[in-house]
Order: sequence, then C-alpha cells, then structure tokens
Amino acid sequence: MSLEEKIISTFKQKNSKLAEVFNQAFELFEQKGFPTKKNEDWKYTSLKKLLKTDYSLVTEINNNIEAKDVEPFFIGADTYKVVLVDGFYNADLSHVDTDKITISSMQDAIENNAELVEKHFAKVADNNQEMVALNTISFNDGVFVNIPNNVILDKPIEVINIATGVLGDTLIQPRNLIVVGKNADAKLIERHQNISENTILTNSVTEISVGENAYYYHYKIQNDTEVSNLVDNTFVDQNRYSNAYVDTFAFGGNVTRNNLSFLLNGENAVANLDGISLLNKNQHVDNFTFVDHRVPNCDSNELYKGIYDDKSKGVFTGKVMIRKDAQNTKGDQQNNNILLSENAQINAKPQMEIYADDVKAAHGCTIGQLDDDALFFMRQRCIPLKEAKAMLMYAFASEALKNVKVEELKTQINKQIAQKLGVNIEFGV
Amino acid sequence: MLKLKNIKASVEDKDILKGLNLEIKPGEIHAIMGPNGAGKSTLSSVIAGKEKFSVDAGEIEFEGEVINDLAPEERAHKGIFMSFQHPIEIPGVTTTNFVKAAVNAKRVAEGKEELTPGEMLRLIKEKSALLELDRKFLSRSLNEGFSGGEKKRNEIFQMAMLEPKLAILDETDSGLDIDALRIVANGVNMLRSPERSAIVITHYQRLLDYIVPDFVHVLYDGRIVKTGGKELALELEEKGYDWIKEEIDNK
Repeated sequence: MSLEEKIISTFKQKNSKLAEVFNQAFELFEQKGFPTKKNEDWKYTSLKKLLKTDYSLVTEINNNIEAKDVEPFFIGADTYKVVLVDGFYNADLSHVDTDKITISSMQDAIENNAELVEKHFAKVADNNQEMVALNTISFNDGVFVNIPNNVILDKPIEVINIATGVLGDTLIQPRNLIVVGKNADAKLIERHQNISENTILTNSVTEISVGENAYYYHYKIQNDTEVSNLVDNTFVDQNRYSNAYVDTFAFGGNVTRNNLSFLLNGENAVANLDGISLLNKNQHVDNFTFVDHRVPNCDSNELYKGIYDDKSKGVFTGKVMIRKDAQNTKGDQQNNNILLSENAQINAKPQMEIYADDVKAAHGCTIGQLDDDALFFMRQRCIPLKEAKAMLMYAFASEALKNVKVEELKTQINKQIAQKLGVNIEFGV
Repeated sequence: MLKLKNIKASVEDKDILKGLNLEIKPGEIHAIMGPNGAGKSTLSSVIAGKEKFSVDAGEIEFEGEVINDLAPEERAHKGIFMSFQHPIEIPGVTTTNFVKAAVNAKRVAEGKEELTPGEMLRLIKEKSALLELDRKFLSRSLNEGFSGGEKKRNEIFQMAMLEPKLAILDETDSGLDIDALRIVANGVNMLRSPERSAIVITHYQRLLDYIVPDFVHVLYDGRIVKTGGKELALELEEKGYDWIKEEIDNK
C-alpha cells in the first residue's frame, strides 16, 4: 500500500467537527495525491525519493518525552514554552502560565474556542495545494494561540516540535492557528527537532491572522538532523496597518520546502520576509514565497540570502501578485546567493505579476563567490582561511538578521551559524 | 630580517617587478617612493603573499627562511603585517571580535595559549587608547561606515595588537588629514624597537617628517633604482621623478 493509499484509508472514517473543510480537502487529495515535478510550483523539489519511505502515521499521543529531552532546543530565555510531540500538544512539557493570552492544543481549541477556530481555520491556508489538503485531512493536533486585542506580549512564545521516531520512520503533521488581535504585539519562535535516528517527514500547516495595527514576528529555526525533512506551509493574513515578519533560517535538515504566503487583505499593511539558507552536503532547501497584494497602499519587503556548499541545492521562488486594485504598492525583493562549490546549485525565480498601474516594484537576484581581496585582508591579519571564509559568509548573510528582535535568539542563531561553518567565532554586533 | 633577492613578479601575465633587491635589517625603517605604476603596491602584496600575484623568480627570505610558498596567514603568524590602502568592511563582525580572532590565531600558531577574555580586554583598552580610537568603534562592525581616517587608524590599532616584526604601511597616509596622520605616525613610532622593522610606502614626503626613515628607495619600472637617506625624500618632493626616470631610461 502506498503512503497515499495508507493516508486515505486511515483518515477516511474520521469524524470531524470541520466536516465541510475536511471533505473538500479529502476529495482534492484523493484526486491529486502528492505534488510531483509536473506541477510548476514543485519543479525544483521532488518528493519522490522521500515518499519511498514507509512512514508510520501517528494516531496517538506519546508521553515518554521528558523535559530534559526538550530543554536543549529552547533559546535559553524567559519565554512561553510550547512543546508538540509528534504533532500532539504536550501540556506537561509546555509552560504557558498566563491569563492574558490563550495558548492551547488545537484539539482543545476546536472544542472550546469553536467560534474563533471556525472564523480562521482553513480560511487562508489554500486547500487546493496538495500538502495543505493532506494536512487538513490527517492532522492530529497542533498549537492554537490567541493574542487578544491590545495585548503587548511580555515575552516571546517558543514552539518546539519534537519528533520522537518511536514508531520508526514517521510522518508528522502539526496544524497551528495563531490569531493576533487588533493593536497586539507578539513574537513566536518555531523549531522542529528530530531526537531519533529515524527518518521524519513533517508536513505542517500554520495559519496566522494579524489584526489591525498589530505587530507579529515569526522566526523559523530549521536546524534539524540529516534524516529530517520538512514541508512547512505558512499562511499570513494581514489586516489594515498590520506589520508581519516571517524569518526563515535554514541551516540543517535534509529536504526542506517552505511554502510561505502573505495575503495582504487590509490597506497600509507591511509584509516582511527574511531568510538565510546555509547548506552543505546533500541538503536541499526550497523557499517558495508568495505575496498577494490585494488592496492599495501595502508594502512587501523580501530578503533571502543563500550560501551553498558541496552538493547542496537551493531554490528560491519569489511570487508577487499585485492585483488591479492594489494601487500604490511598494514591493521589494532581493535574493542573493553564494556558491562555494562547483556542485552546489541555486535555482532562483523572481515572478512578479503586476496588474495595478501605480506600483513601485523592484527585484534583484545575484549569484557570486567569496571575494578574494577580502579573504586576503583577513588572512593577512593572521586569520586562517576557514575562519576568514566564515566571517565573509556571515558578513554576507547578516543583513537578513535585521528583524530578529529577540536578543537571545540572535545569539543562538549566531552560534548555530558559527557551528555550521565549523568555526569558533563570536558573530554579531 | 627581510631579504628580497632578485624578485620578479607578475599579475595576470603582466610583469611588474623585474628583479628587485632589498634588504631590511632589524630596527630599520625603509621608505619606498616612486611614480605611479612603478610596482610599489605589488611589492607589499608580494611580501604579504597575495595569491593574485605570481612570484616568477627570486626569493623572499624572512628571518633566514624562504617564505615564497607560505600562505598569507602563515606569513602573518611569523610577524609580517601589511596595512591596507583600502581596508575591507565586514558587516556583522565587530572590530573587537575581529581583533580577538586575529590575536588568538597568531598565538595558537606560535604555540601559545589564547588570551583570556580579561587579558584581551585589557590589551584592547591599552592599544586603542594609544591610537585615540573611540570605544564605540570597537563594538561596531569592522570598518563598516568608518571614514577613511578611521579605517586607517583601525589598521594601525590592529598592527599594535598584533605587534608584528615587520610592518608594511602601504600608502597609509594617503588622504589623511594632519591630525589623523600624527596619530597614525605615533602608533607606528610606538612600535619602534631594535627588533622591529618597517617598510613605509608613500607618495608624500610629509609622512616621513613623522616616521623618520633610515633609508629612502626609489622604485621605478619594477626595480629599486636609487637609494639614499631621508634627504632623498625631500629632493623627490621638490624635483619629482622625471630626473630619475631620465637617468635610468638613458642608461
């Protein structure tokens, strides 16, 4: 039985409160199955090899994880801590003692926050996308966050997704919903971590609604093990005057696909997308971004930096749609890459569709190597070649850290970069 | 300390140094002057080991060892320092962290322990004070947004931190106002000792009022064509290079 058939037969009988959405998604997935390279949006990322693995599907909670298993993956700051284990919200390992906001399991929210869930669930996530439909029909749980109007959150939320591998190779599918109220301000750090040797395929869907005049920052730390694969589907719905930031830092993992969509539904909203991909060996990271300017007077800023060594492969798609009504749109997109090896690859595709006439849109894409003169300068200062290269790479990438507003997170990212580059240098200003 | 024996060097198949001889003894300061395109910057790059320049013949001997095949950082570890005309900016790496990495890399290469953070901090405080370097520069990204003068002072600060045996100042004075020039010269003079030497490459005699050389050489068409004392620099300032060019070209 193929994975596809297994999923369909396992989840066909599922009773869902969200029956209508579920049935739609089910129909689509049954018809289309997993995306293939024939789909233009998946041209450079093939799931074929990944899908040869016979993944177990998670159907019940695994409670064998202790705090000490999770501890190393937090940033070491005072934060609200959420732990998902194989896609299930784990209340024992999560620390969210506050009455200002709601943080709960998705299942709990479907029961007890039905109104909010109904309002937002599967509203911005596009169920016509195969991986989203798959998640919709087969997710078990996830995290639900509700930041009420006017709440300036006092500390960031950390969400750690632990993959236990206790079922062997496993398909994990968290489903998250984050609702940020009017005038609210919140930051969230998301990380996926496989603590086993088994192959993990995570297909997560996160829907985020950012309320009027709210600020929301979402940081994705993708530094998982070599047998871990991630398809991350994140959809951001922005209301008027809202500012939303999604930063994607891809250092680890095997195959990673980031489907990141921003839907600008309210005027004067600003969407910010930053990313650093720092890859080696056979790693593959595909950043597929989509910014939909649906109304006038919105800005979008996109900056993705990539450094590729060995046989690693990067993909960047920057789809920007500026619809007919979206007058006075400002869209800026930059994608800069460094190839360190002859066998490394980057496929970069800026894709702007502009139907409004009063638009300032710019995009730039560069592919280069490390600058020899700069390397000589550093080596002349006693710094060995490896360290000199590392410094240059950091210098190249660091601009994409500009929106990291959590000091401990920045320190953590700087350490992860140094570690990935195999040097003991203190990065960061 | 440094012996250059009949050095021939080229860049992208263009011959630049055409049999250059130079010997520098411990404690000496040598000024190198010469018209544009004579090969002055090539000379410093060749000594420091820039790979773009190919040494086609001759030996570079530093403290009795031929260093032709050593990497730039290996030469730096042995005590060769070159101040750049255009220092590089490195966003995201503070001057302090850059200097720490440099000093500790040198110490490790010498088989010494790395400095403790406390020792490093004391050393940085001491040396930056000598160069009148504002503390805020130390915590900013290396050279990013620095003025020309600040970049040059930062170069001399790094030199002071690394305490090289041989310092090569490649047109460090170009574009400096007189105050910056004095500070830079002070930094160099503070390092003067019977064991340390320097090569000062300059277009302008002015710097040599502050850093007084033992010898002044004229580099022309890839060779040293004239050597004298500090008074030669004054003569060059006054008369230019045409009389030397004529002398050589008529030979």
